[in-house]
Amino acid sequence: MSGRMVADKTVKYILFISAFLSIVIVLAIAYFIFRESIQAWTEIGFSDILFNKVWRPGQDQYGILAMVVGSVAVTFGAIVLGVPLALGSAIFLGEIAPKWVQNILRPAVQLLAGIPSVVYGLFGMVVLVPIIRQIPVKGNSGYGLLAASIVLAVMILPTITSIAEDAIRAVPNSYRSGSLALGATRWQTITQVVLPSGRSGIIAAIILGVGRALGETMAMIMVIGNSVVFPKPLTANPLTLYLSQARTLTGNIAVEISYATGVHESALFATGVILFLLIIIVNASARWLINRQSSIQTTRQ
Amino acid sequence: MINDKPISRFQNDSTMMKNLKVRNTTQSIWFSIMWIAGFATLVVLLLVVGYVIVQGGKVINWEFLTTPPRGGLSGDGGISTTLGTTVYLVGLTLLIATPLGIGAAIYLIEYAGEQGLTSPVMRVVISITNFAVETLAGIPSIIFGLFGYALFVSTLQFGWSLLSASLAGACLVLPTIIRTTEEALLTVPDDYRRGSLALGATKWQTLHKVVLPAALPGIITGIVLSVGRIISETAVFFVTLGGSHRLPTSIMNGGRTLALHLYYLAMDTNAFDKAMGTGAVLVVLIILINLSINVISTKLTAKVRGG
Repeated sequence: MSGRMVADKTVKYILFISAFLSIVIVLAIAYFIFRESIQAWTEIGFSDILFNKVWRPGQDQYGILAMVVGSVAVTFGAIVLGVPLALGSAIFLGEIAPKWVQNILRPAVQLLAGIPSVVYGLFGMVVLVPIIRQIPVKGNSGYGLLAASIVLAVMILPTITSIAEDAIRAVPNSYRSGSLALGATRWQTITQVVLPSGRSGIIAAIILGVGRALGETMAMIMVIGNSVVFPKPLTANPLTLYLSQARTLTGNIAVEISYATGVHESALFATGVILFLLIIIVNASARWLINRQSSIQTTRQ
Repeated sequence: MINDKPISRFQNDSTMMKNLKVRNTTQSIWFSIMWIAGFATLVVLLLVVGYVIVQGGKVINWEFLTTPPRGGLSGDGGISTTLGTTVYLVGLTLLIATPLGIGAAIYLIEYAGEQGLTSPVMRVVISITNFAVETLAGIPSIIFGLFGYALFVSTLQFGWSLLSASLAGACLVLPTIIRTTEEALLTVPDDYRRGSLALGATKWQTLHKVVLPAALPGIITGIVLSVGRIISETAVFFVTLGGSHRLPTSIMNGGRTLALHLYYLAMDTNAFDKAMGTGAVLVVLIILINLSINVISTKLTAKVRGG
């Protein structure tokens, strides 16, 4: 009898330790990345890292602004291309598609999420880059922000679609019935009742897509060209900005970390700190919105 | 279930009818656009998967699967050692992450509630734990890579090795295993627990003889998902696993997984055909994994409904 009880207590403590480990890992990640970056912050200086446009480790220039702009530009491109399609698919799956279509489309979205990022990157290199290279603009190599934005749009599509669909499905059916009973069409019900009630969750889906986009690494390295130039339009037409090569924050870390030493290595960890903080802010705001959504819906019901 | 066309009481009122017509036309147009959006998503998938499998299929044969890559810039050879490394890495990562993840989930679902009731300190600890799991799930993989590089590769001097990579990979898949196991435990009806406790079993006996077996399909889903995650992951292993094309002979050796091999082929060599072949193998593996998850979860739903 007492043996059983001892086992019971021991197990409880072992389980507690494994649960507590998640906290330890998060703190360890924050600690190690920050610790390794201290040298960069003190020797190069905060403003030089953040606002210097030039990254040239050979000459002790460690400004990450070009990479910040690269990451932001490619994320923006992916959102512009990916969000309409993702929200359309989410509305379609949640409100319009017949059951049998859902049974095809939902696993398809799931599979799209599972495909390795290097496969998307390779597809971009082999299929998209040669097509983009056809655009007759001087200095256009095919590799660059446009190719990266398209690849990234496909990669964030399943994230946004499935979370937005969840938000749409979470809207109580009584809302729909009420609206339909008042004589609204199904489309009016969707735009004026369902989407506004699911708004927080849908915005959260987009924000999580942004988080995913900012964090993507290997596929970006493969199609964005990786030159550490400040992205600029190639001609007078501002849209040719997207034909410019660039580098993302994530790509900067991955490409250089294996051979970097000293302050160069530390500067890469500083890049990591910036990325880490960005992602934490992005994800926390998404989580806040999702929680708000569910609390609104519970109080209303 | 719901009639598409709203019925107007003012059938004779011409403005009303016109209004209805406009509204119905608007609906038809937008519904068509939504159909196109859904269809486009499907087309994107078929395009990527189809292209990779058809193009990659051309180089896949028994020899490709069973010869090691030659390494260097030629891109010659097959993928046998990278398949082996992938298997090793998946095994080692899961060996670390599975017990920890399942343990954490059991604690959070089965114990945390009662602990939170008795002690306010525990309540805080538990909510911080949940926050930590959420945070881990959102951290981009290159950050796990950086962390693994700083802690395991440099500080602990494990070097670029299977050990460093699997420890970093375990941190990456931990939230997946915790979340899916939690969901699986939540689907087990409370009656099972009460019945077992009423028979005089301790909490732990109840858990491992009654609750865990009932939650097993859900837990397996989480593990299979993690296998997919490790197979497709590149960024973490790019900075922790080295990249040797040889098969590791101990956990202190480096290597390259299938996904990493694809990356090296595409970036360092001109062997795009071999890269496509590797990509096709990866895509087929991911399709198999998704199919098995769907089979498991269909069985699970059937069982829950049946019970």
